[in-house]
Amino acid sequence: MADFEIRDLRASVDGKEILKGVTLAINKGEVHAVMGPNGSGKSTLSHTLMGHPGYTVDGGTVTFKGKNVLELEVDERARLGMFLALQYPVVVPGISMTNFLRTALNAKRGYDGKDKSKMISPKEFRSMLKGELEVLHMDDSFLPRYINDGFSGGEKKRAEILQMAMLKPEIAILDETDSGLDIDSIKFVAEAVNRMRGPELGVLIITHYTRILEFIKPDFVHVLVDGKFVLSGGPEIANRLEKTGYSEWAEADESAVLKPEEIA
Amino acid sequence: MATVPKQIEIGSDYKEKYGFSVPEDYIFKAKRGLNPEIVKEISWMKKEPEWMLKMRLRSLEIFRKKPMPTWGADLSVIDFENIFYYLKASDKQSKTWEDLPPDIKKTYDRLGVPEAERKFLAGVSAQYESEVVYHSLHEELSKKGVIFTDTDSALRDHPELFKEYFGTIIPPADNKFAALNTAVWSGGSFIYVPKGVRVDIPLQAYFRINAENMGQFERTLIICDEGSFVHYIEGCTAPIYTTDSLHSAVVEIIVKKNARCRYTTIQNWSTNVYNLVTKRALAYADATMEWVDGNLGSQITMKYPSVYLMEPGAKGDVLSVAFAGKGQHQDAGGKMIHVAPNTTSTITSKSISKGGGRTSYRGHIKMYPDAKNSKSFVKCDALLLDDQSRSDTYPYNDVDAENVTLGHEATVSKVSDEQLFYLMSRGITRNEAETMIVNGFIEPFTKELPLEYAVELNRLIQLEMEGSVG
Repeated sequence: MADFEIRDLRASVDGKEILKGVTLAINKGEVHAVMGPNGSGKSTLSHTLMGHPGYTVDGGTVTFKGKNVLELEVDERARLGMFLALQYPVVVPGISMTNFLRTALNAKRGYDGKDKSKMISPKEFRSMLKGELEVLHMDDSFLPRYINDGFSGGEKKRAEILQMAMLKPEIAILDETDSGLDIDSIKFVAEAVNRMRGPELGVLIITHYTRILEFIKPDFVHVLVDGKFVLSGGPEIANRLEKTGYSEWAEADESAVLKPEEIA
Repeated sequence: MATVPKQIEIGSDYKEKYGFSVPEDYIFKAKRGLNPEIVKEISWMKKEPEWMLKMRLRSLEIFRKKPMPTWGADLSVIDFENIFYYLKASDKQSKTWEDLPPDIKKTYDRLGVPEAERKFLAGVSAQYESEVVYHSLHEELSKKGVIFTDTDSALRDHPELFKEYFGTIIPPADNKFAALNTAVWSGGSFIYVPKGVRVDIPLQAYFRINAENMGQFERTLIICDEGSFVHYIEGCTAPIYTTDSLHSAVVEIIVKKNARCRYTTIQNWSTNVYNLVTKRALAYADATMEWVDGNLGSQITMKYPSVYLMEPGAKGDVLSVAFAGKGQHQDAGGKMIHVAPNTTSTITSKSISKGGGRTSYRGHIKMYPDAKNSKSFVKCDALLLDDQSRSDTYPYNDVDAENVTLGHEATVSKVSDEQLFYLMSRGITRNEAETMIVNGFIEPFTKELPLEYAVELNRLIQLEMEGSVG
């Protein structure tokens, strides 16, 4: 039994079946990439795993630490050790990033507003934050700002990675973290993820394009087409997609490589 | 399953923190109901001059003649004959907390008022039922000529100043509840800040209702002389009773040339209190009046702090937050009356409705013909937390001046699934995520409060949010 097991997962959006039976086993220490053309179900997969209310589970199981994740609330999944870096991080006005990080960290530690001994001390929080910012080569200028408010695309993704670094998940899902990023930002995100890689972390990278996989070398690559995996294997699959795109499976002849003019 | 935080019942939690009551042990308790005899009795108890008694009796007549306002919240259920109009709990005003009758001292200790005074206040006034029972002011401020006292003492000790302004900004005939207050007023704060004096640390008044069916009618008068500054904060709480209490205050403020006054309210009455308050300020040349008005409690609140911009350069601000939970109606807003040229005003209203609660923004911008080159901007944001709750906006604009700018923006939004999902995906519970979104929504208000009050307000919001989930 793998650490994180998706079995025959089926899900729909507004009554339309999107995921048609996805099975995937991730162990801590591994990096998996799920690649697929537009509309193949990539975002549905990431959002269903995390429990977004807009996605309906029609069948299957997701097992993590002996629990069927699909029966848990979103916050329970997070506290169990799952993390989703969003493609489009959401703006929440009036709440600073610092406050957000502290609240999330306290939640993770089981603080529910009552038992103050579970709260992180201000000193411990500051030193932890400082440490992670250093490791990620980030400055602290965006911390007093409201959650994602007025952040550039690159800043949003960096902020997602900082949250991941602070919360130390065991299963991290990166949903098209590379989209809309310039090459420097992609390198930054990749380096940060590479630094976090280790025996305590399993990673699922969801992407349309092969580019980020140049910087984060996956152990396994899975190709998702029309809600099903059509091919699974080692990193060589990414190379194959780089040449042929998704034309082998999809009606649309979509490239898996960004055209120069598409690179932000 | 991961642990689910225990939900707090808002009723019981408010009860523990604010909604407790202590036994009634009063020096004097007037009979229920409203009539000339009660009014005479109040005036006699206070040993008032004849002119005040006459003004009270005349105001009672006006109250009787004026119809109940029907344009706002539903007030038809108020039974004026079932209310106690005057309750005196202590025979003297204390200068130390230790001197208070034990039950009253215990009440303020539980509310944390003495502690707040030690930490960050320049002066405190504590009103219990009808009278101010405790009063203090930093010595250096009294040396500078600052007067901060209860309004009854001011009538006795500063009769000229008192008579010059009392009832001139809000005359008894202004509205039915201003008339009621003028007839039966008792307590409240009187503040005079001399020319050029800045009171850098806030003054606070704490209003407490303890008895059932109590009517509290404090009367506040603040005079900021030229170039002065003061920040006055009021807080109010009451026990939870099944029958109604009435709070109907009148607050009059004069802000003279180049002076600035900030008046902050954190209203947290229990949900059996009708809160019907008239607040008005006159701002003279280059003066600034700021109302920072937070309404969390009460069954019904009707309150529209206003500023009359009397001379060029005068500036008026209203920043208000209203939270209406189950069974509550917060009808709040602001009025800006531009009388002189080059005056500016802003009204920012933030309202939150939850569990079937109702908020209304009601505002009035008036620009008289002389108010050339004046500017006003109104922004109302409403946040609805569920489908049963309601929010309305009633803006009235009256522009008779040329070359003026008037802006109005209104938004109504719901807590979005995307925001909730995002916060929860970081391990934060639904309840806490909603609280964060609400606290973020009112952050423009909270950041204007002294830190201790900002923390307190966020905590109050948290209690409100927890309450309605179960």
